[in-house]
Amino acid sequence: MPYIPPEYNSVVPDCVSTGTIEKTKVVVVGAGPVGLAMALDLSLHGMDVIVLNRETRLSDGSRAICYAKRPLEIMDRLGFAGEMVAKGVNWNVGRVFFKDDPEPVYSFDLLPLKDQKQPAMVNLQQYYNEEFNITALTARENVDLRWGNEALDVRPEGEKVFVGVGTSHGNYTIEADWLVACDGAHSPVRSMMGMGFEGETFQDNFLIADVKFKKEHPSERHFWFDPPFNPGQSVLLHKQPDDVWRIDFQVGCDIDRDEIVKPENVTPRIKAMLGDDVEFEYEWISIYTFNCRRVDQMALGRVFFAGDSAHLVSPFGARGANTGFQDIDNLAWKLSMVDTGLAPPNLLQSYNEERLLAADINILNSTRSTDFITPKSKVSGIFRDAVLELSRDYAFARAFINSGRLSTPVPYPDSSLNTPDSDQWKGGVVPGTNAVDAPIRIKGQDAWLLDQLGWGFKGLYFAGPEGIDDELHQELVKLAEADLPVETLLVVPIGAEEDNLLPVLVDHKGLVQKRYGAATGSYYLFRPDQYVAARWQKFRPEDILNALSRATGKSGESE
Amino acid sequence: MTERLILEPNTDDPDGVYQFIIDMHKDLSEEESHAANARLILIMANHIGDENIIAKAAAIARKNTLKK
Repeated sequence: MPYIPPEYNSVVPDCVSTGTIEKTKVVVVGAGPVGLAMALDLSLHGMDVIVLNRETRLSDGSRAICYAKRPLEIMDRLGFAGEMVAKGVNWNVGRVFFKDDPEPVYSFDLLPLKDQKQPAMVNLQQYYNEEFNITALTARENVDLRWGNEALDVRPEGEKVFVGVGTSHGNYTIEADWLVACDGAHSPVRSMMGMGFEGETFQDNFLIADVKFKKEHPSERHFWFDPPFNPGQSVLLHKQPDDVWRIDFQVGCDIDRDEIVKPENVTPRIKAMLGDDVEFEYEWISIYTFNCRRVDQMALGRVFFAGDSAHLVSPFGARGANTGFQDIDNLAWKLSMVDTGLAPPNLLQSYNEERLLAADINILNSTRSTDFITPKSKVSGIFRDAVLELSRDYAFARAFINSGRLSTPVPYPDSSLNTPDSDQWKGGVVPGTNAVDAPIRIKGQDAWLLDQLGWGFKGLYFAGPEGIDDELHQELVKLAEADLPVETLLVVPIGAEEDNLLPVLVDHKGLVQKRYGAATGSYYLFRPDQYVAARWQKFRPEDILNALSRATGKSGESE
Repeated sequence: MTERLILEPNTDDPDGVYQFIIDMHKDLSEEESHAANARLILIMANHIGDENIIAKAAAIARKNTLKK
């Protein structure tokens, strides 16, 4: 049986009949993976949220199926990565095939850094992601998820955003402090705000067939260039849970889109690929072309764009939903701090700065993959085939094969929130880069470093085996008790004493110290989204306070 | 450190270099020649390595081609 998305009851709030204006802190438009995660993050930051979703059901079909490590880390902070990883297909190996050669011309291993909590990549149907997120949301009292509620108009006025909402029984108005548009590629909010969405449309059509069959097949990503079962075009195969396989056929430009998706027309393709003897059933068939576009601004006053409403890429590289999760991770803490007055409104511009950079890098990667996979000219095709032929015999050419560069977090090396290094470092994690996980022990129990970071500003102080003196204690406690607190965690070698004032992370494998290039006395300051804001070889309280000002957009104010 | 793209004579044996390139195409069809050219460029590009040098070389090649 193909998946049937659950149906939710259409919500008709009291305001429809009373005619009063409903007030809330944040309106999130759209209940796809990005909107749901946005709502959960804001809710956990203590903000009241109303989520508006025009439909009364989840997306049909598998849609976004690849979830990369960094988004899983974000979902873990939000509390539902465990379900994702338990249900998902964990994979690391990708193989690239060319023409009828059964041997891959190239194979790669994502080679996840061992000793991290989250795997490199998990495949899972989008509806599972949405269901896990909704379960977590439903337990929250400060989130109202409204199915069958359509944002009809958005009017920013002064310090407020007014949203006209349509329901099955009439309309009402919400007065919110903030609005986040997570309403997808065709974002109505984007049009309402008159926001530009420039970029490139690609002509090639791709046919997705998600099919269910039982066959022993490794959990690997397979990509074919010009295989006999789809001559002159590409095919991508991915495994999902429940014996569902994603097959993505490139089908060219001149096709009848209505005809090609009919099961009787898809079946011959699948039989040619899998063999006549494999029995299968369809879970989802879809045809798509794609765009590489982005909005001019992701932050416009009190209105923000996140996920597909803000940027579109080709699916090669799984940079769609994965990027969306990183948008909301970047936005939630900033919105929360500005809302509570801990940071000036200026901080919100850094969302635009950092995430537009990420969008541009994703679009660049995606466009390059597309040029390789679907060459736009004869000579481009000649080069592509030359790379693939050379790859059989020469290692250098394999680096040129681009069947999609898989999503990795984009660092913000020049972000205005960073405090650039003033000390000499050998490696470690550069300011503007997301934290690297490592195993630790807390009170004798195995734990993970990333689980200790996030939500607020956190510091890691690398203490020696003898611990820290009273003066330093007092300084660190003072930082933790400030209006804008920085909670410092002590990283100590195995065998060091417990500390009765500060949390202690025992670096029993020495990996925290190694991965952060740290020595005794080093200090790392992390933002609430687990990105490094600053680091020093030696702790000085005034350095921390200056870096904290920068990381909350305060120093940018006077510039 | 980016090295400069060398546009002055840089080989002791220009005639030999030219001949190697021409000989690569011996008895090849036009299609095969295009394929061989692509391979040669990719091999040399990898050998050079520095993307700035390659970008400059590509820009000069294009500009000179369009200059009629």
